[in-house]
Amino acid sequence: MLDVIDLKKNFDDQTVLDGINIHINKGDIVVVTGPSGSGKSTFLRCLNCMEDPDGGQIIFNGVDIADMKVDINVHRRHMGMVFQHFNLFNNKTVLQNISLAPIYVRTKDKNDKTPKKEIIAEENVKALELLERIGLQDKAGMYPVTLSGGQKQRVAIVRALAMNPDMILFDEPTSALDPEMVGEVLDLMKELAKEGMTMVIVTHEMGFAKEVANRVIFIDEGIIKEDAPPKEFFENPKDPRLKEFLSKVLM
Amino acid sequence: MGNFQLKINQFVEIVMHQGGMNQILEGLKNTVIIAVSGLIIGIIIGILIATVRVVPKYKLLPRILNGFCTFYVSLFRGTPMVVQLLVFYYVLLPIIGVKLTGVQVSILVFGLNSGAYISEMMRAGIQSVDPGQMEAGRAVGLSFATTMRMIVIPQAIKNILPTLGNEFIQLIKETSVVSFVGASDLYVAFNYIGSNSYEFMVPYLAMAIIYIVLVLLITLGIRIMEKQLRKSDKRN
Repeated sequence: MLDVIDLKKNFDDQTVLDGINIHINKGDIVVVTGPSGSGKSTFLRCLNCMEDPDGGQIIFNGVDIADMKVDINVHRRHMGMVFQHFNLFNNKTVLQNISLAPIYVRTKDKNDKTPKKEIIAEENVKALELLERIGLQDKAGMYPVTLSGGQKQRVAIVRALAMNPDMILFDEPTSALDPEMVGEVLDLMKELAKEGMTMVIVTHEMGFAKEVANRVIFIDEGIIKEDAPPKEFFENPKDPRLKEFLSKVLM
Repeated sequence: MGNFQLKINQFVEIVMHQGGMNQILEGLKNTVIIAVSGLIIGIIIGILIATVRVVPKYKLLPRILNGFCTFYVSLFRGTPMVVQLLVFYYVLLPIIGVKLTGVQVSILVFGLNSGAYISEMMRAGIQSVDPGQMEAGRAVGLSFATTMRMIVIPQAIKNILPTLGNEFIQLIKETSVVSFVGASDLYVAFNYIGSNSYEFMVPYLAMAIIYIVLVLLITLGIRIMEKQLRKSDKRN
């Protein structure tokens, strides 16, 4: 589904990613770890070209989306993203946050002959179903500022789901949350994992990695140093830097 | 004070019975039309320029546009409004052979002038919006322009509404120079009344009061709008 070939990224003259190669299959739950500054967030942000790669290819559903000539917007609709700071649209209600992009995309789609009013009605119904799923249907008409961090992040996740993406990228989804809200977000992510959603997750939640991921990768010095199933990754790490890293994070 | 009473009577006489009222209403109408149209044109130009200014500059076209916008802004901020009016009315438009009335030229110049100022406010407003808002829009597959239009600019406008209100007040006040190009605004109306009676004290006092009332009304209107727009900031 996603093939990353020799991905490179520099910021000014500093090399952040120095040739990343990874193949992600449909249904993979990939947890990305690494020391701070190792480039793991940059790696994730390069996958949907939020940061434009300086070299290499990102083949998503058969198209190299790192090529500046492709219309990246079309491909991003199939690849959701969830941010550390939620980034809900502050000027839109909770419901609009979810239905805005689907409504926009469908009204601009020339093959979709449905009248605009019906599109809006349909997408709002879908958005409301998604809100029901996370138990926030009573917040539909409210603005994001009224939500708690955990609620915001769950809305952000269903906002990504509303586009029916083939995969979702998570950039430290629980790092900005109060500890008591981490659980509700991780539970929702576990549900998605069970439903077979392909996910790439940058996180420090090692417990989540052990329980949910089928692959854990370790990025250091701009390359992937380890790519293994969680059991092997945590119990029998091969890379010396990973051993050192694990000894620090798994106290 | 008897003298003053006489002057007021004179003023009322001209306003009520010698066509003064029509002059004032005409002047008020033109003042408001020029300021409001100028503001609307200014906001549109301002948004366009500010967007060009914040667009990523990898490609050639945004860089050329950016250079043009910089030139435009420094031109209109670097010269007085009166000079701009005179140059447009007596130099530029005759050269290109377009005939416009004083009011039309005023609207054009006020729009272009406020566009330069508003673009700077708008740029600050756009930059005050969390970059995460743009990223979130791009991440769900909206284009830069669409995300700007639907997400970033509405929040930017909300942030700069008080300064935008100041700009509008500024425009209302600046209309007092449009008589330079033959547009009849409030100043022309009261000057007419004054000339008819050789008595300027009361007419100019009345003119000042009308300007103050206009500005107070605008201030009130902006405050109400702000309250409306702040809805998304409030926890219920």
